[in-house]
Amino acid sequence: MNTVAVIGFAQSNQSLTTSGVETLVPVFEEALRDAGLGRREIDFWCSGSSDYLAGRAFSFVNAVDAIGAVPPISESHVEMDAAWALYEAYLKILTGEAETALVYGFGKASAGDLHRVLALQLDPYTVAPLWPDAVSIAALQARLALEAGLFTERDMAAVAARGSGGDVEEMLGHPYISDPLRNHDVARVDDGAAAVVLAGGDRVGRQRDRPAWISGIAHRIDPQGLGERDLTTVPSAALAAADAGLDDCPVALHAPFTHQELLLRRALSISDMLPTGGNAMFSAGLSRIGAAATEIMSGRARRAAGHATSGPALQQNLVCVMEAA
Amino acid sequence: MRRAAVLGTGQTDHRTRRTDVSMAGLCREAIDRALADAGTDWSQIDAVVLGKAPDLFEGVMMPELFLAQAIGAAGKPLLRVHTAGSVGGATAIVATSLIRAGVHRRVLAVAFEKQSESNAMWALSIQPPFTAPIGAGAGGYFAPHIRSYIRRFDAPSHIGALVAVKDRRNGALNPHAHLRQPEITLESVQASPMLWDPIRYDETCPSSDGACAIVLGDQAAAESCDRQVAWIRATAMRTEPTFYSGKDHVNPRAGFEAAQALWTVAGIKDPLAEIDTAELYVPFSWFEPMWLENVGFVGPGEGWKLVESGETRIGGTLPVNPSGGVLCSNPIGASGLLRFAEAAMQVMGRAGEHQVAGASTALGHAYGGGSQFFSMWVVGRTP
Repeated sequence: MNTVAVIGFAQSNQSLTTSGVETLVPVFEEALRDAGLGRREIDFWCSGSSDYLAGRAFSFVNAVDAIGAVPPISESHVEMDAAWALYEAYLKILTGEAETALVYGFGKASAGDLHRVLALQLDPYTVAPLWPDAVSIAALQARLALEAGLFTERDMAAVAARGSGGDVEEMLGHPYISDPLRNHDVARVDDGAAAVVLAGGDRVGRQRDRPAWISGIAHRIDPQGLGERDLTTVPSAALAAADAGLDDCPVALHAPFTHQELLLRRALSISDMLPTGGNAMFSAGLSRIGAAATEIMSGRARRAAGHATSGPALQQNLVCVMEAA
Repeated sequence: MRRAAVLGTGQTDHRTRRTDVSMAGLCREAIDRALADAGTDWSQIDAVVLGKAPDLFEGVMMPELFLAQAIGAAGKPLLRVHTAGSVGGATAIVATSLIRAGVHRRVLAVAFEKQSESNAMWALSIQPPFTAPIGAGAGGYFAPHIRSYIRRFDAPSHIGALVAVKDRRNGALNPHAHLRQPEITLESVQASPMLWDPIRYDETCPSSDGACAIVLGDQAAAESCDRQVAWIRATAMRTEPTFYSGKDHVNPRAGFEAAQALWTVAGIKDPLAEIDTAELYVPFSWFEPMWLENVGFVGPGEGWKLVESGETRIGGTLPVNPSGGVLCSNPIGASGLLRFAEAAMQVMGRAGEHQVAGASTALGHAYGGGSQFFSMWVVGRTP
């Protein structure tokens, strides 16, 4: 039985400062308007962001100023993409402790050198001291997949061309930035923010005629060690998809690299891809869920799913499947 | 609502520098002890929740990613919580939600800080653009709030020292405590150097490496345990901004409202009479009387009197921090979970030498940020 639904969504492709406040205020307003709720009607707030992206400790603290948390609110934060904050909020509604929740994520990747910063996610004793940047790690994964014959560089370029409308042959003429990755293989890194409004039980129907009911949501993590797993498979995504009940419905994938989209499509056995935007750190996964929910809320789809990934080489994955009533 | 319980707890031997272990080794020391205490093993753990304070404290971005295998999360769901100093408490509460939502049967919650890996003072001193510098460190930030408390209620100046003596002596009863000082006296505390007036050296928390872990279970898991479990009777979290017009740093509204919500859910009408022991987050001694008032054990201005009467010692009306509390061990990200775990240990009857006799209902409490994030739970011998 479905008990929790997405009833509102908004996003922004900018982030004015690392605190997120200036960006989040209008995003909250738009998401709440979409859900037909006032800010005081939100029972639980939950966010996802990163101190390392902002380059300071406690970076999420200032973002609370965007809420207007006087009188005090029930609130929590994950140091993850906000798709996992949505999972925490989903639990809160399932327990009966909240009837409505607003989930948000934000990040300003342009404030630093993202792919170098992400090297700090690696084992600090044996790997991070070598400073392997995120593009190089992804290139290792792409090389393994190419050599295993799973796909070709042309297939990878075709993924990029689907979004950009570029000419595959022309794209393949460009130089490598990290062999075998070319510029077009790296998703555009955006600054950004997103907010999704959830509701549970009877409240859903009162707020929205056509909500996006969450029929399944699950996530898993794989070991990080680059030699500890077959980098051409994504067991955490496959397990999450199975748990969430993913079938052949349109999916909004969060793939920071073209070859990762191809690996995910194999792991999840999916063919119907929803168009997605860039890779806005810590809100990109939540935005995918919001985009999939919008397909249902708008009547374009009866069923759709959003996906989020985190960590090097698709280490951690979340799948959220939604449907019309 | 579905029932949930603490099946077992574990913690490290907290020290200034645990250079004998890696971050993974530190977490495993606590986790292995928690699994043994719960009488369970990895095969029964369905999900893992990891909490810690800012990533800059170790210099690793989202360390749960590289720790996934070591903390038993590989192939399982892993959540990473960060709610400033209250994070240890928030970690336990998120893990409780996983059980109460009916998603999992047994969940491992772990929190750690390994301050020796990096430099916490540096991590806290990075000046973000467009913000007014405070440049005071935690002690300098909170000292004015303490002075405000003393002035507002005309509290005698030795109250803070009394708390320090009590907690450090309690810590001497706790084999895991970082600071264990059975010989400490009121006079020695008052003779220690003044750091941030009125906070003296002996009235402030140490910097510790340490971790804490708890195993939570649903009703069936709890009822299949051979030993006493700690039933989670209520949880609460509240947040307010760092600064706003009308903010009261002495008696923050978010802490007050969290406690009121907590007592209501737990069915507790008279906390002082019904709670047998409390583990409060007291990083500077004077926060004991301040939090006693904020959570509603006594009225405004009465906290220091309860401390002065000796009733917060082990054997008193309301023993506070029988473990020695944050004043004896402060692995920041784990400090809140330690409060929650110590409260559970008391009602499970497994607190060893610092056991409060007959404790059947206990409070675990944590706060963070600029006295703005609060997390609390009440645990009991019975649901």
